[in-house]
Amino acid sequence: MSALRAVLESATSVATHTRVVEIGGVPIALSTRSATFAQMVEERYVGFVSVNEEPFDLIQFDIELLESGARGFGQSECGREADDAQDSDVSDDELEVTRGKGVWRMCRGDFLAEWDPGTGRGRIRQAMNPYSLDSVLRIVHSLVLAKRGEFLVHAASAIRNGRAFLFAGVSGAGKTTISRLAPVDATLLTDEISYVRKSARGYEAHGTPFTGELARVGAHCSAPLQVLYLLRQGAENRIDEVDLALATQALLRNILFFAHDTELVQAIFEGACEFVQRVPVRQLTFRKDASVWDLVA
Amino acid sequence: MRTMYIARSSAIASRVLAGETMVMSVADSTFFTLNEVASAIWRAADGKTPLEEIVERDVCPVFEVSVEDALMDAREFVRELSEHGILKVSDQPILPEAAPAPPGVS
Repeated sequence: MSALRAVLESATSVATHTRVVEIGGVPIALSTRSATFAQMVEERYVGFVSVNEEPFDLIQFDIELLESGARGFGQSECGREADDAQDSDVSDDELEVTRGKGVWRMCRGDFLAEWDPGTGRGRIRQAMNPYSLDSVLRIVHSLVLAKRGEFLVHAASAIRNGRAFLFAGVSGAGKTTISRLAPVDATLLTDEISYVRKSARGYEAHGTPFTGELARVGAHCSAPLQVLYLLRQGAENRIDEVDLALATQALLRNILFFAHDTELVQAIFEGACEFVQRVPVRQLTFRKDASVWDLVA
Repeated sequence: MRTMYIARSSAIASRVLAGETMVMSVADSTFFTLNEVASAIWRAADGKTPLEEIVERDVCPVFEVSVEDALMDAREFVRELSEHGILKVSDQPILPEAAPAPPGVS
């Protein structure tokens, strides 16, 4: 019996609903007792919810939903010293990701999650909304990828003529703009969070359901990565060389990582250094019109 | 001025790429690209060699700069890196904490 079937059958026997969300070839099984939440997962990750018969490494989360109106998670629950006797709530912006005894703990005002990479098992406590789960998935994927020298990056990405192109930049750099300007023969992988994995010949970019302002789930496919562009908007379209040190620094600024953990940071750093030696990194200045696509792809 | 000992922290990531030394702090993700002088000081930061000796031995003869000027710049460089947890500083020799050898140095 495959590991996946065992998860699904055991889940059925205790009346839980399990959905497998696979992004970048990394499947994560999500089990919940709420049929409504399971339905929400299917809708939120449409195109990425599937059954992978031969998972290379199945990660499983049990999701416990908070009752409607329940307060968020406090400072002490997030592993911090409470500011006062009332244990003030952690805001939705104060994400904390820590590791203790090999188990990752992820905490924000709206969710509390734990994950053991050794067993692959984890638990999420959250309210009935897709945003908390989205955050947990991004964190877990970033942790899984970091060990392999791979990563999530703040970048739009698209496939054209069988090749993938990444357009990196922080909020406001133009990721969604360049995604909107893509020609009809380009396949959008994401306008916000790109998924970069190693392949036999270099690197590949994979589609993700992580959307930005475009609010459009990316295509569930991948292609060899041709170039990483660092975005900047300007009066004309141009491409400029970037030296390796600047390329590394720019890439690191855009890679998603959530914990100041020495081993994790070192893995991400090494991954970025390896990447810039194998994939061209260029500065792309572009006007806000579709002509940029004639230049870049 | 008191003797200053410096040592590379283990809470960093570093690599030499295309001849440039890059260092990143784990604590705050600050990224540094070290020039040749800074790289020389970085490589010599073993916790047991005083900064003044590093400057006299590895900086002044190679870069043709006076000890006074080089030491002033070196102290500023050390101060900045220590603020980001990249270098450890002490007026006593610093015991190793399995400090990382810089790339290219065994």
